[in-house]
Amino acid sequence: MKSLFFKFNKTRYIHVVLCFQIFFLAFTSLAQRTTVLPELTISTLDGREVNTKTLDNDGKPFAISFWASWCRPCLKELNAIEEIYYDWQEYGFKLIAISIDDARTRANVLPMVKGRGWDYEFYLDENGDFRRAMGVGNVPHTFILNGKGEVVYQHTSFSDGMEWEMFDVLLEQLDQND
Amino acid sequence: MIRNKINILKNIIVLELAFLLVITPNLKSQELLEGARIWGNFELNSQYYFSDTLIGAPEVPEKILMNGFGNINLSYKDLTIGMRYESYQNALLGYDRRYKGNGIPYRFASFTRDNFEVTLGNFYEQFGNGMIFRSYEERDLGIDNAMDGLRLVYRPLDGITLRGIIGQQRLFFDTGPGIVRGFDTRINLNSVFSSLEENKNQWIVGGSVVSKYQPDRNPLYNLPENVAAFAGNLSFARGPVNIGSEYAYKINDPSAENNFIYKDGQALHLTGSYAVRGFGLLLSAKRIDNMGFRSDRNATGNDLNINYLPPTTRQHFYSLSSMYPYATQPTGEMGFMSELTFRIPRETTIGGQYGTNVTVNFSRANSIHKEKIHDTIPVGQTGTDGYHSDFFRIGDEKYFQDFNIEINRRLSPTLRGLISYAYINYNQNVIEGYIDKEMVNAHIVIFDVTHRLPERRSLRWELQHLYTKQDNQNWAMAMIEYTISPNWFFAISDQYNYGNEIEDLQIHYYTLSAGYSKGGNRFSLSYGKQREGVVCVGGVCRKVPASNGFMLNVTSSF
Repeated sequence: MKSLFFKFNKTRYIHVVLCFQIFFLAFTSLAQRTTVLPELTISTLDGREVNTKTLDNDGKPFAISFWASWCRPCLKELNAIEEIYYDWQEYGFKLIAISIDDARTRANVLPMVKGRGWDYEFYLDENGDFRRAMGVGNVPHTFILNGKGEVVYQHTSFSDGMEWEMFDVLLEQLDQND
Repeated sequence: MIRNKINILKNIIVLELAFLLVITPNLKSQELLEGARIWGNFELNSQYYFSDTLIGAPEVPEKILMNGFGNINLSYKDLTIGMRYESYQNALLGYDRRYKGNGIPYRFASFTRDNFEVTLGNFYEQFGNGMIFRSYEERDLGIDNAMDGLRLVYRPLDGITLRGIIGQQRLFFDTGPGIVRGFDTRINLNSVFSSLEENKNQWIVGGSVVSKYQPDRNPLYNLPENVAAFAGNLSFARGPVNIGSEYAYKINDPSAENNFIYKDGQALHLTGSYAVRGFGLLLSAKRIDNMGFRSDRNATGNDLNINYLPPTTRQHFYSLSSMYPYATQPTGEMGFMSELTFRIPRETTIGGQYGTNVTVNFSRANSIHKEKIHDTIPVGQTGTDGYHSDFFRIGDEKYFQDFNIEINRRLSPTLRGLISYAYINYNQNVIEGYIDKEMVNAHIVIFDVTHRLPERRSLRWELQHLYTKQDNQNWAMAMIEYTISPNWFFAISDQYNYGNEIEDLQIHYYTLSAGYSKGGNRFSLSYGKQREGVVCVGGVCRKVPASNGFMLNVTSSF
């Protein structure tokens, strides 16, 4: 009878040990878990490199949204936030929009965002390093960070009205700042 | 046998205990992991299949198929380690069946200190536009050509980035036979030269070389074992003007893709844009000639591509306008695209009370000019130089053309509408590999309207129509979606191929779906029929078979 117990070979054995270690490290570090931004290189829309550790909002809460020019819900989200962005700006909040567009559509991003009149802070994450480092699978995926640069909220996908929920979370964070 | 397994388990337990003994006191006394960051994400796609002979959905012996994966990563100070566990039980229809079983095909450790970064194991990387090197993943297409090897990145000065890579490419749960080596440099001249720091003209130059090695065991031909490719790029920005250019050259590389011809390869990609608030114009053009570049010369499909050749066509996202998507033809094409985006200001007669966004796009792809190398040798003959090609001469055959316009307007505080028209010419023979099909000429009209309802609820509906005399002829589509923000959505849609000349194939492809999302988690369940078609992301496509059944999708980030 064929054994149901999976066969071990050296590679799989090393994999299993590695898994145990990583899971152990993961769970033991939960207690001290911090949710600050990783340090990686992204670029501005005109190609200058920027380190993600420099993303901030002078001590005020802000949002980071991962999007792509070919993603319809992403465009809906950026359009929806734009409609109330004046209110966001009144409180000093801002949105940092990280495009994951690749070589095919990267050149479209600048004319698109300018043409639509969006006033967000835009960056490109063409190789997906920042996206992977934030655990982003699909776009849109939006994070809200408090004044210390810690992630306090995240949401994947977009539905109408979510821009107000984000605004509420930003206001809560502002209150906590005070 | 059992004793052997017990011994192995014992070993693991001993290792873990040793690990605990070493780590735990440190955790308490020195808070070794303070400042550590863990993150990851998980995704599961599963489908229960019903056979449906009318739409061509096959009998699935397993009934249920599932693709799932999870990433888990840890970073602590300068060190980051991570892995991805993947499981295919068995792979969903439409995905390559070589995705089978479970494994950890992606694991890495990287270390960053000052301006130096080392990655061991798997990594993704891109040089320039990717025309000679891009390793990337596109889960929806089942593409993952992650490198397995070493990567070094060094930034000696602000504005200079040097990258070196070496390794083999992922091929399902294995790696390809070829070794890929490459070096890339990128220099921002304005950062490097202090005299240019305040200059309004921004210049970035880059250059890269990539080579692959694969032994030659071909009994008939003497094939190059080392194939090198070179690329140079230059970009310029001044105020609202941005210009980008990249040229790539590859030495002769006979392969299954180019029918084993000894011709060299070339590619040129140019983009130019002008963008000010409320107005954006993009122009792009490219020429590709025999630029397929894979780490196995016998590979086909989406396997083991070393480079990425971006198409210059718009990526549509509505279901009927994306029915005829274009995919780059690596053996040769010339393409052009222009896109104009502008905003008609608010409180004007045309712009309305809230303003109107307009996008107009035109793109075209043709063959390249090809001429026989000798009267008696047909173009592309195996074992020859293939053909001569005049660099600036456009070939006669039209591969694809797309003219589309999209108008998006907020009509009232609670109503937003979009109207779109597209006229697409689609060469089925070239893009899908048929030999006797007609060019599809399709007119597509789309309405997409969103009503905002009280208490952060909304109702969205779409009406789409595709008119064509070719292929499966006319389609109509309707969809209604109700969302309770931020957590719930419910949708019902129907695509109806009412114009099909075979009456039995005038089929309704209906779908019911519902989903819940909160935080980084999202669940959706749907039931319905999916038409046979092509899914494309970034100009790379995968055929999806017709199916009928329940679909479950779970995604989670932490």
